[in-house]
Amino acid sequence: MNRALEALLADGTPTAEALDAFFAEHAAPLVDGTEVTFVYRGEATGVFLHHWIFGLESAQPFERVDGTDLWLLTEDVPADSRIEYKIEVEHVDGSRLIRDPLNPHLARDPFGANSVLRSAGYVDPEWTRPDPESRPGELVTRVIRSEAFGRRRRFRVYLPARYNVRRRYPLLIVHDGDDYLRFSAMQTVLDNLIHRMEIPPMIVAFSNPGDRLIEYANHEPHARHIVEELLPALEDEFPIVAAEAARGLMGASFGAVATLSTAWRYPGTFGRLLLQSGSFAFTDIGRNRRGPAFEPVVSFVNAFRHAPGRPAARLFVSCGVYESLIYENRSLVPLLQQSGMRVRFVEARDGHNWENWRDRLQAGLSWAFPGPLWMIYE
Amino acid sequence: MLLGPQRLRPSVAGALADLGVDGPVAVVTAGWQERESEIDELCEHVGCEVVDLELFRRAEELFERDPALFTALRERTGRLRKLQRLYSTRLDHAMAAARELLARPAQDDLVAMHFGGAVEAIRDLDREHLDRVEAIRAAFDEEHGVAERDDVVAARAEVARLIDGCGALAIAGGHVAVLVNRLRLFDAVASAGSRPIVAWSAGAMALADRIVLFHDSPPQGAGNAEVLRAGIGLYDGVLPLPHAKRRLRLGDPARVALFARRFAAHRCLAFDDGARLDRVGDGWAGVDGVTRLTVEGRVVPEGDR
Repeated sequence: MNRALEALLADGTPTAEALDAFFAEHAAPLVDGTEVTFVYRGEATGVFLHHWIFGLESAQPFERVDGTDLWLLTEDVPADSRIEYKIEVEHVDGSRLIRDPLNPHLARDPFGANSVLRSAGYVDPEWTRPDPESRPGELVTRVIRSEAFGRRRRFRVYLPARYNVRRRYPLLIVHDGDDYLRFSAMQTVLDNLIHRMEIPPMIVAFSNPGDRLIEYANHEPHARHIVEELLPALEDEFPIVAAEAARGLMGASFGAVATLSTAWRYPGTFGRLLLQSGSFAFTDIGRNRRGPAFEPVVSFVNAFRHAPGRPAARLFVSCGVYESLIYENRSLVPLLQQSGMRVRFVEARDGHNWENWRDRLQAGLSWAFPGPLWMIYE
Repeated sequence: MLLGPQRLRPSVAGALADLGVDGPVAVVTAGWQERESEIDELCEHVGCEVVDLELFRRAEELFERDPALFTALRERTGRLRKLQRLYSTRLDHAMAAARELLARPAQDDLVAMHFGGAVEAIRDLDREHLDRVEAIRAAFDEEHGVAERDDVVAARAEVARLIDGCGALAIAGGHVAVLVNRLRLFDAVASAGSRPIVAWSAGAMALADRIVLFHDSPPQGAGNAEVLRAGIGLYDGVLPLPHAKRRLRLGDPARVALFARRFAAHRCLAFDDGARLDRVGDGWAGVDGVTRLTVEGRVVPEGDR
């Protein structure tokens, strides 16, 4: 247990005022090296920790400190971890999942927000925060009529600072584009990495799905839309280098499946792929147990594993070790390497979430699109 | 005169004023490549007439008129890049050995002996690489008679004429290889004669006797500084390190010490915003805001022991 809290409790049952004062000075969870103490204060019949760590028992019970409204749970958590969690508070009439009221750190996603434990050593990468020295790029919105989907599709395009139509830029197309912008700070990250010359000034198209679970699960119309509609529209309007090595495609989770399956269907189109926490479920034998949404994914990954071909020359693959998908992603890497593709695989003590994907952007983007860092001194 | 980066704390105007230059100033922004002509901010800051030498544009036009030279240069660039990669491969191992020895907890005489040997091996590798690069360049110049080609002769004369009407030459930063190639191609520094030269960032690096690329924390790779090639050689014995605070781990004594020992024949000088170093005759005089990396791993104001 946290030493300061232990000292407080050692003096006898603390008053509510003493606890108020303590937690006004100490944000929860309390982190002491690898020992983490989760805290809840309030009346309840039970309190439980719900986390998103695959393979580790969840719903661990807190223990109440006698004579107080203080509930505690101490766990060992490896350094440099990010763990998303919620607290289940049980009352006689039911229970509810809440964000940790004593923890200011939140991770947001399309479904809401979770509390975040940052274990010893973890800090937000400074390149994810706005840097006043970085020249900001610009986002413009476009709409395209898609024959593949039979309707209009909206997307946004990032134009780097000092954008010049007389230049030619590499292109990256991003699946779940609005989510990457909202939850992974991708515009800020691009501004910073371009400013630091870790990646070249580039054009980035942020596309968005309709029915995501269908379109991103190895869906032929989706691949056709990306390659035969979106890419030509971008190349028509913007000054883009017309070369495989200057084109990239990326996505996370099902978006990574969409990325790999699109590149697989259209080899020679994208020279750079970034696959984050890909939902690359497969079956060596037996049936898919991840549910019906994964059926087309499993069919694709099985086929891919049988005949990977060479969908791109250079790939970045990342996955959190707390994700259920770590096995599938680790399995993919040697297959890709054996197929002659240059692969960089990065693991992190993190889960299946947008901040994990944000924190890997520097490594991924600079691997796929190395910037002129070594040569330019302005 | 060598200056620190200009974007956040521009000081060119003050430097020119101190040099007594109030007439036209010839500027080289070839390191900015296709943004070469975007000099409005610089003009506004300098406050006197500016003559844009347009070395990047001139080179592009020259290559269009002389495709044989362009093709040959492209082949040479490919060969030099390959050479750089091969050097980098050997350098990674040599640097790793030196770092490992430097990190040993017990630094006795035997470790020191081997550390000295490891640094010497790195220096030998740097020298060997520099010799190879310059041999390729010299052979190229001789084979293709670069200085005698009609278009080059004409362009050099035009650049010299423009500089002749100016009171000083200002050389901005940017892509250091592109910049030094253009400066050499058009012989711009020699054309400046005895006129004052003010250079910053890559401009300062290009004028040194050797060009060293550096970044301690790149997102990919080990972050080993690399010798690129010889510079213009307007001065020797100094390695200007622009943006050192951002590019080098100056708070890491081991890295600082290894850098300074490796390049001990040079004073490794950090040029951050506001820094300035004046050259007088064959020496250096006024110093403002310049710091030096020492072989003991410290960063001290230039001029201090």
